Amino acid sequence: MMEKGLMDKGSVEGQVVDYLMRETLKTREMWINMGPQHPSTHGVLRLILALEGERIVDTEVVIGYLHRGMEKLAEAKTYPQFLPYTDRLDYISSHAMNFGYVLAVEKLMGIEVPDRAQYIRVMMAELTRISSHLLWLATHALDIGAMTVFLYCFREREMILDLCEMAGGARLTTSYFRIGGVAHDLPDGFIEQAREFCRIFPKKAKDYDDLILKNRIWLSRTVNVAKISGEEALNLGLTGPNIRGSGVYWDIRKDEPYSNYDKLDWEIAVYDGCDVYARYLVRLKEMRESCKIVSQCLDVLEKLDGPVMAKVPKVIKPPEGEVYASVEAPKGELGFYIVSDGSPKPYRLKIKAPSFANLISIPTMVKGHMVADVIAAIGSIDVVLGEVDR
Amino acid sequence: MIVAIIVVAVKLLILFAVLMLFVAYGTLAERKVSGHIQDRLGPYHCGPHGLLQPLADGLKLFFKEDIVAAESDKILYYLAPMIAIVPAILAIGVIPFGESITLFGRKIDLVVTDINVALLYLLAVSSFSVYAIVFGGWSSNSKYPLLGGLRSAAQFISYELILGLSIMGVIMVVGSFSLVDIVHYQKSMWMVVYQPLAFIIYMIAATAELNRLPFDLPEAESELVGGYHTEYSSMKFAMFFLGEYANMTVTSAVAVCLFLGGWYSPVSFLSWIPGPIWFVVKLVAVFFFLLWLRWTYPRFRYDQLMVFSWKYLLPLALVNILATGGVMILFGGI
Repeated sequence: MMEKGLMDKGSVEGQVVDYLMRETLKTREMWINMGPQHPSTHGVLRLILALEGERIVDTEVVIGYLHRGMEKLAEAKTYPQFLPYTDRLDYISSHAMNFGYVLAVEKLMGIEVPDRAQYIRVMMAELTRISSHLLWLATHALDIGAMTVFLYCFREREMILDLCEMAGGARLTTSYFRIGGVAHDLPDGFIEQAREFCRIFPKKAKDYDDLILKNRIWLSRTVNVAKISGEEALNLGLTGPNIRGSGVYWDIRKDEPYSNYDKLDWEIAVYDGCDVYARYLVRLKEMRESCKIVSQCLDVLEKLDGPVMAKVPKVIKPPEGEVYASVEAPKGELGFYIVSDGSPKPYRLKIKAPSFANLISIPTMVKGHMVADVIAAIGSIDVVLGEVDR
Repeated sequence: MIVAIIVVAVKLLILFAVLMLFVAYGTLAERKVSGHIQDRLGPYHCGPHGLLQPLADGLKLFFKEDIVAAESDKILYYLAPMIAIVPAILAIGVIPFGESITLFGRKIDLVVTDINVALLYLLAVSSFSVYAIVFGGWSSNSKYPLLGGLRSAAQFISYELILGLSIMGVIMVVGSFSLVDIVHYQKSMWMVVYQPLAFIIYMIAATAELNRLPFDLPEAESELVGGYHTEYSSMKFAMFFLGEYANMTVTSAVAVCLFLGGWYSPVSFLSWIPGPIWFVVKLVAVFFFLLWLRWTYPRFRYDQLMVFSWKYLLPLALVNILATGGVMILFGGI
């Protein structure tokens, strides 16, 4: 098993060694299948790795194990009927998925959503972002071997799921948003409980930092691992925390503000390390920023009264035309492209899922790294296969 | 003569029972400690506070279907789990756990056998445990276990060396390979005071030898599924675990003997407490430390582990030996 870089293959000696290795010793790279059943491919991702020792020569990403034909299904459902399906895209941040879909339909129909509903939506979307990032941090740390972070993160995620349950009745696949607003107003006690969460979350987030932020082993496992430059990231179409970890200022909430994001005060988290550690820092900061947004929404919601549903027709029949609307989902840019023929069902619905584009970066990231880095890389780009395969 | 044999047999039996008790409750301790570190309770339903959990685990594993990988090398495949637990059982024979006692007019040493090369013997038998992992990994004829086996071979060879070198300082100070002599030497002051660096290096190398986090690369479950024991099930799988916890117990016991004063009490006014109790208390403390490490740290990467071993620990261990020698020459022994 010759290590790459030890011997220059261009030189005569290198060629001789290469010849001896390949022809007389019959060395060849080992192909291993990582997934679809593997503890850290986060669902049903399958990677085919070509290894020289533990070094990766080539990677192929195989997807499709969770394909449900969502886009085709949409053509057979009315607009409101398709909403629950969007929950099942990125099933750990369903509010954000709902958000993207309802925005697209509203844009197509020109519906003005009441202000209170806007704030509720933004708040729920940001809570979802925190919960999604918490799940990411939990599993990412678990993959790298820091098992305790896992349960610490789940402890706080539980509080968010409780809030989701209060608001929409469901914890995971919420379907709380509606075309024109949200299903119903927030229940009594929600604001107090959400405030309590915002109060304790920064303290709890410090726990995660204490465990791994400056840990030598964590640093050596993440810094300069699975690098992808800003330019490469742009070319591959990366979005969300992954591209912000490569130093690119790109956040749809700032660049093409939707809903009420332009009225709120928060910062984009951008780090230019381009590596696993930078992506980790981005998400950590985003969680704190999201927490800030939630408290601001709560401040407004305490005073602001009004309807949470716009006047929408009983049967939703958008005019003929096409529309693209995108939101900054926890994983990146989530877009819905809808073509309407004027009937109650979409003529064509295309979903631009962030994880799909992010996943493409894996072969670029891991080339020349070791098996353990593949795990770190998959963890750091935060894929959810429900969204990749649709 | 016959009495002597009976005495040895009884000592062996007791030690073996105690070791197995430690193994069984080591698994429970692992789950309880991890539970409390992670803000949860751990096993709670088998008996009071989950105290019967090891029994339940054992029964469950015993009744599991024993699956043999079809393409495996049968002899090595069956041999590996057996080897896993043997080194620990071999090693307990030389570990002293108390001062000699007099029973029915006979002087009985609280050690099965006090051989004059006890430490060499310990190193020799403990290096057996690598065979369990290498055989397990290679004979399964499966790719993930193979990677686990590869990693462990490299890891064990590197850390075995460092383990041996870290002990050298102690041997130089005491001037004997016998564990009983080493413990006697620490009657007034623990060895960890004279050899702090050696103690740290020993603990790191021991953790690596035990495949515990942050060095659990051969079985890194998030990378290699189960590592070398991926293809094992039922009691064969359990044997690897028995071996792991037995090795942990023995390694902790050796650490207590070498660095933490063996069976002597740390302060003189507590010396009325019998030696074996002190020994167990210290052993449990070291054992807990190993558990604590596992639930706190992330995992090293394979190449970083090797770099850490050869570039940092090895020179440090050598420096420790040189410094010990220098001090001994300058001051004519400590």
